[in-house]
Amino acid sequence: MSNNHTKKAQMPPRGMGRPPGMKLDKKVAKRLLSYFGNYKLRFAVVIICIIISALVGVLSSMFIGVVIDDFIAPLLLEANPSFEGLKMAILFMAVIFVVGALSSFIYNRAMMSISQRILKDIRDDMFAKMQTLPIRYFDTHTHGDILSHYTNDTDALRQMLAQSIPQIISSAMTLAAVFIAMVLTSVYLTIFVIAFVAFLLYITKLVTGRSGKYFVKQQASLGNINGYIEEMINGQKTIKVFCHEQKAKEGFDIKNEDLCNNATNANRYANILGPINNNLGHIQYVLIAIIGGLLAVNGIGGLTLGKISSFLLLSKSFVMPISQVSMQINMIVMAMAGAGRIFNLMDELPESYDGTVTLVNAKYDENGSLAECKERTGIWAWKRELPLGGTSFVKLEGDVRFENVDFEYTEGKPVLSDITLYAEPGQKVAFVGATGAGKTTITNLINRFYDIADGTITYDGINIKDIHKDDLRRSLGIVLQDVNLFTGTVMDNIRYGKLDATDEECIAAAKLANAHNFITMLPEGYNTMLSGDGSGLSQGQRQLISIARAAVADPPVMILDEATSSIDTRTEALVQRGMDGLMKGRTVFVIAHRLSTVRNSDVIMVLDHGKIIERGSHDDLIAKKGTYYKLYTGAFELE
Amino acid sequence: MIKKLAGCIGEYKTATILTPLTVSLEVLMEVIIPLYMADLIDFGIDKGDMDFVIKTGLLLIVLCIMSLVFGVVSGSFAAKASAGFSKNLRHKMYYNVQNFSFANIDKFSTGSIITRLTTDVTNVQMAFQMIIRIAVRSPIMLIFSVIMAFRINTELSMIFVVAIPVLAIGLYVIMSHAHPIFKRVFKTYDKLNNVVQENLKGIRVVKSFVREDFENDKFREVSGSIYNDFTKAEKMISYNMPLMQLTVYSCMIAIAWFGARIIVLSGATILTTGQLMSLITYTMQILSSLMMVSMIIVMMTISKASAERICEILDEKSDITNCAEPVYEVKNGNVEFKNVRFSYSRNADKNVLDDINVSVKSGQTVGIVGGTGSSKSSFVQLIPRLYDATEGEVTVGGVNVKDYDLEVLRNSVAMVLQKNVLFSGTIKENLRWGNENATDEELIHACTLSQAHEFISSFPEGYDTYIEQGGTNVSGGQRQRLCIARALLKTPKVLILDDSTSAVDTKTDAFIRKAFAEEIPDVTKFIIAQRISSVMDADMILVMDDGKIAAAGKHDELMEKSEIYREVYLSQVKGDEDNE
Repeated sequence: MSNNHTKKAQMPPRGMGRPPGMKLDKKVAKRLLSYFGNYKLRFAVVIICIIISALVGVLSSMFIGVVIDDFIAPLLLEANPSFEGLKMAILFMAVIFVVGALSSFIYNRAMMSISQRILKDIRDDMFAKMQTLPIRYFDTHTHGDILSHYTNDTDALRQMLAQSIPQIISSAMTLAAVFIAMVLTSVYLTIFVIAFVAFLLYITKLVTGRSGKYFVKQQASLGNINGYIEEMINGQKTIKVFCHEQKAKEGFDIKNEDLCNNATNANRYANILGPINNNLGHIQYVLIAIIGGLLAVNGIGGLTLGKISSFLLLSKSFVMPISQVSMQINMIVMAMAGAGRIFNLMDELPESYDGTVTLVNAKYDENGSLAECKERTGIWAWKRELPLGGTSFVKLEGDVRFENVDFEYTEGKPVLSDITLYAEPGQKVAFVGATGAGKTTITNLINRFYDIADGTITYDGINIKDIHKDDLRRSLGIVLQDVNLFTGTVMDNIRYGKLDATDEECIAAAKLANAHNFITMLPEGYNTMLSGDGSGLSQGQRQLISIARAAVADPPVMILDEATSSIDTRTEALVQRGMDGLMKGRTVFVIAHRLSTVRNSDVIMVLDHGKIIERGSHDDLIAKKGTYYKLYTGAFELE
Repeated sequence: MIKKLAGCIGEYKTATILTPLTVSLEVLMEVIIPLYMADLIDFGIDKGDMDFVIKTGLLLIVLCIMSLVFGVVSGSFAAKASAGFSKNLRHKMYYNVQNFSFANIDKFSTGSIITRLTTDVTNVQMAFQMIIRIAVRSPIMLIFSVIMAFRINTELSMIFVVAIPVLAIGLYVIMSHAHPIFKRVFKTYDKLNNVVQENLKGIRVVKSFVREDFENDKFREVSGSIYNDFTKAEKMISYNMPLMQLTVYSCMIAIAWFGARIIVLSGATILTTGQLMSLITYTMQILSSLMMVSMIIVMMTISKASAERICEILDEKSDITNCAEPVYEVKNGNVEFKNVRFSYSRNADKNVLDDINVSVKSGQTVGIVGGTGSSKSSFVQLIPRLYDATEGEVTVGGVNVKDYDLEVLRNSVAMVLQKNVLFSGTIKENLRWGNENATDEELIHACTLSQAHEFISSFPEGYDTYIEQGGTNVSGGQRQRLCIARALLKTPKVLILDDSTSAVDTKTDAFIRKAFAEEIPDVTKFIIAQRISSVMDADMILVMDDGKIAAAGKHDELMEKSEIYREVYLSQVKGDEDNE
């Protein structure tokens, strides 16, 4: 990670903000729908059940009207009212209601499990996709941003899938059913209702537009203040040392005030939407009563009083779903924005895995030539499919060559230029040079974390571009300055290097890395749980575990990138001994902090501004009296 | 806890009180409106009395407008009150955090302070708005609606006496089953985040060991358990809607049946058809408010955890405060440790620092070496009183550090921390942390001393170059030099560098020390370093081991008497000795 500054520079401007405007992205919606594809049958059931449930809802709103018109009114006129007919009607209705409740139970259940499955699919896809992304992606996106796709964005999606989608389907259904019923009851009044609803929608749009605008602002200022808090709290100790508390408070207050204003406005508009819709619905009700009454009195449109009553109820059922959906709009917009960000991640170009040369276990057959075999022999070979059929095998030796390699992280800013170097099997090659000279970059090119711009890198005579990335990386062991351990036991962490390693192999690797002693002193030895990146261990202990992890993988080529620089000198001696054990018999690339570490290398490369300015063994370079000599004699160490 | 949080309402008290008040009025309107609507049908439409329809209609429109106004006003007040409440809450927390001592910060960890200030505050804000708005609205609606229903017809309303407890118990059973599962889901969420975070951090390890599939499996396992738990919890929740519907439908059927009988048998005297319809409306209102109440209860239990975490921050008292009559002047840079013992927590069985006795004269340079965990940092952090010594006393300029005004002390004792932090802003802005009113010349002077001027000048925008958060766009060595310059701008009497030149090359390091010796000879300098070369020419070198000063003296003395020192020295210069 030594070239942080160059990589960060190309970071795209990314805020926490939602995309401006409230438009839904059709492509995103379509893609989201495609996730339903796997659950077609269940989703069909959901839709049918929603329709049934919505219809029952509509019926229920008409039920009382029917009871009044068809039963109560006529019965009132009879001297000896018989309730048999009503009883039958009510029983019939009861059955329908049970069906309605049942279907709403079914669709709730099914929708819930579909949406959870889809979320799992999306999460899994996203994670799997993330594993294929090039290192470059991780350089240019902050962890917080990526993590928020798994948390905030999927959360918003969950709410939309589980609530908004059924709501919309059900509302659309209700609207359609009620609309037909309204037209059948009275065309004139329907026209009035449509006009009024148009007005209602206009107002709704006005309000949601405002609230949406402020929600975007609120989100931005929330991101802003959270970012500020994060920065300040992370630097809290520095703030204390500089007595900068007052300034830190002032900066905070400005952002806090800003958030408060935007949050007030956003919530105000969101809050008033409900009352506005409700009461406009009431007003519509009254107006229909008045207009309907006038129409009936003047005998226009064949309206009867009974019809007005039922129309009034229908009009209420017509407005309700509209206001329900409009309440969901903000949620949908947020969810779609989140989905858009998730799909953006999924659309990132993955690393190319186009190499065809693979790594296989091999043994010598009776003719003395290499042949592939299933079992582990300790001998590895590169297997190449020949264009004219057949395969050829090259023994894995660890011979790495750079020929005139150029590389840049960002266009126009070359980091390495014209690098040529040979590392023969079993050799130890060291890189020294100031921060930013390009040492780490070279090692990152060998395992193809980045691809070179020009020149070739060969591995046992094969261009590394032709080797399948997985196999290439499997043949390289790496120990980094920043140790990353995973939650799990010490044993699990060592086994990370070779998943099928036995406990004995892991312990042997730990012994080789000089880690066995301290591990056995841990409260539960190899079964001690590590969490939070091994926070209970010292830096040196963590490094020793990571060396054991590389050792158990037993690769022919090792890259040691500043493996000891953040460890104090006394601990370093211990780690150094661990690494010496590891380096025996392998091609090793060492990037070292302390010149004493690289002295016994076969070749030492002195890098400066992306170029190799000196090369040779320690004695050669000392004799040359060049940069290396100056570094060596003028100082104990570099950087 | 509630009292503490309520204290944050502050100037938004009016809005906070007016919200439930206007909400109540709105609810009142909403309950009255169906009543008049029933009249509209019964005595207007059904009787064909247009005068009555228009009169009642106008009255209704007025009521609707009033209800609308109350609704809009209450919505606005609620927004204002809740946004204001969270603003004050955040403000209070943040201000208290600013007063935290190092010990307080250590106790919470920065990550946890950040979540408390962000996520937890948002949760509590939502709950607050819920409480003053919906938590007021629903019960009032419930009560009003029940009253109105009973006023229309007591006999029929007895249905609610059955329906309400049935729904309430049903909801309670569902929620109490779902809640623990939801709680578990949140824990699993943490696990999922952890897997993603570890993967992001260790992506190079994952890729170099070709463990993508392994990681995928690991992730799928966690996302699978989220799926399982969530499905389980939501399975419980999915009983809600049908339960609600069944109750509503049953009420409707019961009301329709018994209502019809009452109307018919009484000849529409005890109950009218219009009233029957109103009863149905009230049924909906009563049962849906009940549902809302149950949801609010769930919301509140979820936000309770957040509220508790917030209160922990608010309750935390800084353990380092000014004494009653602080001293406002630091006379000189003499530093003395007298029998100092120190441990981070009172009940630790082992002291981090033990039996420290050191006396340093103004202008001296003190080098400190020792392995990781030998308490070098703890030692120097006692000087600017970032922590208080557990026993013994630390004096600066002859006065106990506890007797100084904190700001005065810390302005005189400049410290460059091991974890250097630069803040987003220009280089100039960052440097001016040291001295707000520093002139450009002073900035350049400080940067020249810390050997930063040269590289700053090489930037196209020089001192106006924008530093990204955490200083990620400058190299480690550059960052360290900027941090040293920032500390120098304080014109301190004591300067402490806690491993602050580790990423600076040896030559530059030497230049910095030379500049210190020449330009600020009167400043007492403490230099913690891994490299012996950084401290070799100090007036006094302290060799720390296991919380104690194992040896003290000049380089030559230590080479003779301290085995640790000799060992470290040799390990670093081994190459040289061999060669010569």
